[in-house]
Amino acid sequence: MKKILVTALLLGLFALIGAGLVAYTHYKTHDKIEAQKIKKRLRSLNKIVRPDEYDNAILDDKIEITDRATFGTDKAVSVYRARKQGKPVALVFTAFAPDGYNGDIELLIGVRHDGTISGVRVVDHKETPGLGDGIDIRKSNWITGFNDKSLTNPGEPGWHVKKDGGQFDQFTGATITPRAVVKAVHRVLKYAVRNRDRLFRMQKTVPAHNTTDKP
Amino acid sequence: MTSYREITKNGLWDNNPALTQLLGLCPLLAVSNSFINALGLGLATTLTLVSSNLIVSLIRNWVRQEVRIPVFVLVIASVVTIIELNMQAFFIDLYDTLGIFIPLIVTNCVIIGRAESFAAKNPALKSSFDGLMMGLGFTLVLVILGSAREIIGAGTLFAQADLMFGETLFFSHPKDWVIVFDKDYGGFLLAILPPGAFLGLGLLLALKNIIDKRLAERVSRTVTLENAVRP
Repeated sequence: MKKILVTALLLGLFALIGAGLVAYTHYKTHDKIEAQKIKKRLRSLNKIVRPDEYDNAILDDKIEITDRATFGTDKAVSVYRARKQGKPVALVFTAFAPDGYNGDIELLIGVRHDGTISGVRVVDHKETPGLGDGIDIRKSNWITGFNDKSLTNPGEPGWHVKKDGGQFDQFTGATITPRAVVKAVHRVLKYAVRNRDRLFRMQKTVPAHNTTDKP
Repeated sequence: MTSYREITKNGLWDNNPALTQLLGLCPLLAVSNSFINALGLGLATTLTLVSSNLIVSLIRNWVRQEVRIPVFVLVIASVVTIIELNMQAFFIDLYDTLGIFIPLIVTNCVIIGRAESFAAKNPALKSSFDGLMMGLGFTLVLVILGSAREIIGAGTLFAQADLMFGETLFFSHPKDWVIVFDKDYGGFLLAILPPGAFLGLGLLLALKNIIDKRLAERVSRTVTLENAVRP
């Protein structure tokens, strides 16, 4: 009986020491990890909107909106707002193309205030390697074909892949993936042009974790 | 008592975790699609092996037989979580590429295997050395497989070195370390996808068996030769 008790206590002691060490490391690295994540997010945003185009703290100037028809998800998506000397410069949307070949394609889409696209990047996708993954900037620069496009350049009929009579290339053996991306970008662009003034006026969302997580 | 020489030979060749024990194959096959990914996972696994072997060896006389496995698992899980947090803090890009396979080091059988079969019976210094050699043996196979798959599959080597070494390192830019063998090489998808990992590992296993067989033949030949000369 005594033996079991000692063994159990020993096991408990080791569990405590282990948990303590992990907790200490978590406490020590927490701020650094947060800073790294923010840096990373900023780096990806800066590929959508050039850092010299804006001068506000873009990561803090964030609103959240829900619109299933536009963003392809029931959840609220983040919209970052870039401004220069207080004037609206661009909106960066997170959006999903739900009709890819294999699941959702997550996109980051930047729309300047004048209605031109400042940049598009694929954040996450599960498209077939070698066929549909050309939408990824690491595989091909197809995605840069959206740069500076707007609702008038090309007009409505141009916003399709070439196979559907539009002006965006598809890939050999893969039409579904680029078609889904073109459609998603077009949807978000239309939404941005229609709602830009309202979006820039909206009260920014205060991140909930920043205030509570600190010890 | 095993000597350091034996431990080295065991870890790197005779009892290589990947090629002889065939342990930890899940991360090995999944992550060995490029040199940098392979090196990153290999080093993280090595660090885990050294630390867990060291701690297990230090506490080996206090841990009762009945609870040794839960205690070892606890030690390993704590070590891996600490490494994971530090990787997130200092190599976030590499961490994101390796994804789930860093936390999954906990379940790598090599680690619990070495804790149980070596560190639980040997002094601290020897156990850490065993962890180092087993880890290096694992890393070596990972890196060979990773390099081969990257060269055949993508036609490059050392691509994305900046994930691990940062933007600048000693006046050089790791981003430029990448060697491109053929600019117009379209890539050979099979090598990058999982089948490439299985085929590559199979070939490596075959190669090791051939070498082992040759070595054994040479030894037996010298023995018979000596026997023939002696009488």
